[in-house]
Amino acid sequence: MKLKQLTPLMVATGLTAMSGFVQAAELEITVQNLTRGIYFTPILITAHSPDQQLFNVGEAASTELQAMAEGGDIAGLEMAVDALSADTVANPAEGLLMPTAATTTMLSTSDGNTALSIVAMMLPTNDGFIGLNSWMIPEEPGSYTMYLNAYDAGTEANDEIRGGGAPGAPGLPVPPPLEELVGNGGSGVTSEITNATVHIHPGNLGDNDAEAGMSDISNTVQRWLNPVAMVTVTVSE
Amino acid sequence: MAIQQRFGLSLVALSCVALTACDFNDDDEPAPMPPADVSYSYEVTVYNMTQGQPLSPVGVALHGDGMMWEVGMSASQALEVLAEGGDNSDFTTADGVMASAAGAGPIAPGSSETITVTVVNEPDTFISVATMLVNTNDAFAGVTGHALGELEVNQSMTMVLPVLDAGTEANSEAAGTIPGPADGGEGYNAERDDADLVSFHPGVVSADDGLMMSALTSAHRFDNPAVKLSITRVE
Repeated sequence: MKLKQLTPLMVATGLTAMSGFVQAAELEITVQNLTRGIYFTPILITAHSPDQQLFNVGEAASTELQAMAEGGDIAGLEMAVDALSADTVANPAEGLLMPTAATTTMLSTSDGNTALSIVAMMLPTNDGFIGLNSWMIPEEPGSYTMYLNAYDAGTEANDEIRGGGAPGAPGLPVPPPLEELVGNGGSGVTSEITNATVHIHPGNLGDNDAEAGMSDISNTVQRWLNPVAMVTVTVSE
Repeated sequence: MAIQQRFGLSLVALSCVALTACDFNDDDEPAPMPPADVSYSYEVTVYNMTQGQPLSPVGVALHGDGMMWEVGMSASQALEVLAEGGDNSDFTTADGVMASAAGAGPIAPGSSETITVTVVNEPDTFISVATMLVNTNDAFAGVTGHALGELEVNQSMTMVLPVLDAGTEANSEAAGTIPGPADGGEGYNAERDDADLVSFHPGVVSADDGLMMSALTSAHRFDNPAVKLSITRVE
């Protein structure tokens, strides 16, 4: 896990506590899927120390992030952030978050957990995910809106054909109700990873042939343009 | 269309002024003049930032606190008419609209148009602006329910807008289904053969990018943001 910690963690925490930037907060968090045809797998919402990060553009994904991005499995990330005393809500939508649907949850943050991160895999993709990376939770009560981009974990070639969700397994996991929505018989768009670090996702290519072609993804429905998610955080008085 | 009317705070305020004036009214003096009407005028400038998507004549509506569409909700018929055919007439005359204005014509890529809308004795209105990307099935850009009450005279706000999908017509891009100059096909059609939910638009594919049936070419592709919008209060 590539969660970075300052070595003198105790000292840092003590200092920030004195400066008054680490008060516990009550947050109401809404995540909305803005896309026409992409499903979000279970969402991980976590408030943590600002010196920790779930991912970083330009750096290789951790194995926990890879499991989330390739298969929607957030158990590894959840264990990792729990070990760091983060405040976490796992799977607020209780399953897939449908296109345009929203889910709302409360999150109580402890002293020091002033950075908010949110991740969830996007289906159908090989290793695409929505990401909010260490957003500093404002102390000022109010409602804050953010738009999230789609990231590519850089751990799996975007072949866009049916396959598995286990880390390292090629292809797209296809749980219901995606079973009905994803094609068959694609020859595969590519077998190469051209950037093995986390980066902005280039988008699905797709095709218009559900039985053959290069891709099992529909090009008129399962593409997207950024942003792909809207996050609203309300900080209580 | 669900726009909640807000009962004019301004009217309450004005009647207090009138009552105060009455206290000082002398029998010998003429009755006080009714308070003068106050106009609130806004210049709305729409910039087309796309490569090859003319924007349909812009619809501008001032209304109470409410939204004329919402991501995740079904589009109103007025929005469907605008997003599928570029016709803003139902949009600008929807229930709850206090004042409206329409663009003089389509806005070409790289061009802009400024439209003025004025409302009388309503200081706390909300604005909705919408325009179709005409070389699409039902893509539009706009803002809805944006509060104007804080805007001082000569103050302006600028925002960039993503492209939304009305969700009322499948994005087939097929010949005969796109009203813009790329196709000259059908505009509004009451049938809803798509998700029937407003979403962000996935973008057009085009024949050049593998959708063989598409009437569009790479020239019609777009990305977010597609439109820049400036609103200036001028009165």
